[in-house]
Amino acid sequence: MALTENRKEKGAETAAVPPNGPAVRRRTRPDPAARSRGGQRFILVGLVLASAYSLFPVYWLIIAATKDRVGLYQSNGLWFSGFHLWENLQQVFTYEDGIFLRWTANSFLYAGVGSLGGTLIALLTGYGLARFDFPGRGVVFAAVVGSFLIPIALLTLPLYLMFSEIGLVDTPWAMLIPCLINPFSVYLAKVYTEATIPFELLEAARIDGAGELRIFFSIVLRMMTTGGATVFLLAFVNTWNAFFLPLTVLRGEENWTLNLGLYNWSGKRLESGIDVTSLVLTGALLSIIPMAIMMVAMRRYWRSGVTLGALK
Amino acid sequence: MIRSLRWKGAAFTVPFQLGFVFLYLLPIGYAVYQSLYLQKQSGLGLGGATREFVGLENYQQGLTDSAFMTSILRVVLFACVQIPFMLLISLVLALLLDAVTSKVAGRFRILLLVPYMIPGVVAAIVWVNLYSPEVGPLTPLGELFGFDWNFFAPSMVWPAIGNLLTWHGIGYNMVIIYAALQGVPRELFEAARLDGASEMRIALSIKIPFVRGALVLTALLSIIQMLQIFNEPALFRNVTPQTVSDSFTPIMIIYNQAFNAGNYHYAAALSVLLALILGVASFVFYRLTSREVD
Repeated sequence: MALTENRKEKGAETAAVPPNGPAVRRRTRPDPAARSRGGQRFILVGLVLASAYSLFPVYWLIIAATKDRVGLYQSNGLWFSGFHLWENLQQVFTYEDGIFLRWTANSFLYAGVGSLGGTLIALLTGYGLARFDFPGRGVVFAAVVGSFLIPIALLTLPLYLMFSEIGLVDTPWAMLIPCLINPFSVYLAKVYTEATIPFELLEAARIDGAGELRIFFSIVLRMMTTGGATVFLLAFVNTWNAFFLPLTVLRGEENWTLNLGLYNWSGKRLESGIDVTSLVLTGALLSIIPMAIMMVAMRRYWRSGVTLGALK
Repeated sequence: MIRSLRWKGAAFTVPFQLGFVFLYLLPIGYAVYQSLYLQKQSGLGLGGATREFVGLENYQQGLTDSAFMTSILRVVLFACVQIPFMLLISLVLALLLDAVTSKVAGRFRILLLVPYMIPGVVAAIVWVNLYSPEVGPLTPLGELFGFDWNFFAPSMVWPAIGNLLTWHGIGYNMVIIYAALQGVPRELFEAARLDGASEMRIALSIKIPFVRGALVLTALLSIIQMLQIFNEPALFRNVTPQTVSDSFTPIMIIYNQAFNAGNYHYAAALSVLLALILGVASFVFYRLTSREVD
C-alpha cells in the first residue's frame, strides 16, 4: 500500500512539470465541474478563503516585527506604522548579550547533528529490516511501530532522571542522544529501502565479492539519497520544533533551543513586568525563516515523507 | 537465506536496538519501577527523606485524583469537538483541491501548508498575541462588528486553542487526505458521470468512502496528539495564568508533579496511567472504525 501510494504521489509530482501533462488531459476530459463556470468559481473562492486564513497570522507577524513598541500597541494591527525592523533585529540580537544567537546555534546543532546521526542509524536499521531475514526481525519492527503510541511524558521524565544520574542533564548530549533513536525514521527508511533496493542487485554485488558493509556504504546509501534526505528533513523539523524534551532536560539558558528561549521571553512580562513583546515577535519571525527556506527548498522530499508516513 | 548473512543483516540493526533499549525500554521500566515507590519524610522532616515501597498506592491515588481525571476529561471532550471539525475542513479542502487542475492545486497546497511549517511554540506565540486585547488585531476587529470578545476568558480559552490547533493542522491533514484521493481510480468518476451523477454525489458516494482509511488515520494521530497536549496551554498560561491553571492538561499535571512538587514517583505513575489510557483509546478507536469499514 505504502509503495503504490508513494509512486502515485511521485508520479503526480513529476507529471505536473511538463506543460502538456495531466492539466491538458483534464481539460480535454468532459469534466462537468470544469465546464460549469459557477462551480469552478465557488471552488476557487473556497480555496482563496482557506489560504487567507492560513496566511493571515504570518502576515500579521511580519507587520508586527516592523513596529516599535508604541506602534505595536497603538497602531492598526493590520497595516504598517513606521519601519523599525532593523532596530527590532538589533534588539533581538543584542538582548542579554546576544543570547538569541546562541539559541539559534543550539537549535541548528541539535537538529543538524542529531538528525544526521539519527538518519544514519535509521537507514542502517531500515535496510537491515527490509532486506534481511533474521530471527527477531518481527519483534524489532513491532517495537518500532508500537513506540509511536508511547506518550512523551512517559519517556522524558525517566530519561531526565537517568541523565541526571550520569551527569548529562543540562549538556547538549541530553538533546543529541535522544535524537539518535527515532522509530518513525526507521519506519520510513524501511519503506524506502523496499521501494528502491532490489534483491537482485544485492545478490549481484555479493557474487562480485563485495562485503556487506561495503554494499551498504557504496551502493545502498547512494541509491537511498532521496529516502535519506526525506528522513533527515523530517527528523530535523521534529527536533527544531521540539519543546517538552528541551524544557525537561535543559536548565541553563546557554544550552536552550530557540523555542525554549522564546517561551521564556513570552513569560517574562508576567514574571518581572518587563514587556518584551516586540522582541518575542521579531524573534518568532526569525525562527520561522530557516524552517521556511528548508521546506521550500526540499518540498518534494518532505511532502512524499508526510504522505508516506501516513498511508501505511 | 544463508546463515551468516542473517546475522550480518541483524548486525545492521544493532545500533538501533541498543539505543532503543537505552532510550525507550529502560526509561519505561524505570518509570514503572519509580511509580511503585514514594518519598517519605521521617521524623517531622528532620531525619531526611526515605524511599518506601508502596506498591500500587500511587496508581490508586492517580485514579482518584480529581484534578488528573478532570484534565483527561477536559482534553477528551475538547478532542471530540476539535478533531471532527478540523478533519471536516481538511476533507472539504482536499475535495476542492481535487476538483481543480493539478497546477492550481499545487499552488494552493503550498499556501495551505504554510502553518504546518511553523513550529508549534511559535504558532502559539503568534496566536496568543493575535488574541491579546492589547496588541492583537482581533479585539478591535470584533468591536468593529459589534462583538465584545475576550479570548482569554474561561469560556473562550478552549475555542481559542481549538482555532490555533485547527489552523496548525488543516494543511497536514489535507495533504494526507488529498494524497489518498489521488488514488481513486479516475474511471469510477467517468462511469458515475455517464450514469448522470452530480459532482456532489460523486464526492459523497465515491470519494469520501474511498479516503476513509486516511480519515481514520488522521483522526487517530490527532487523538494521540491531543491527549498529550502541552505546548499550547503552556504558552496560554504565560499570558493568562488565572484561566489556564497548571493542571489544565494531563501532561501539565505530570510536569508539575515532577518538577515543581518534586514528586517523581507520583509523576511516573501518572505517566504510566496516561500511556495506558492512550493505548486503550487508540485501540478502541481503531477497532470501532475498522469494523465499520469491513
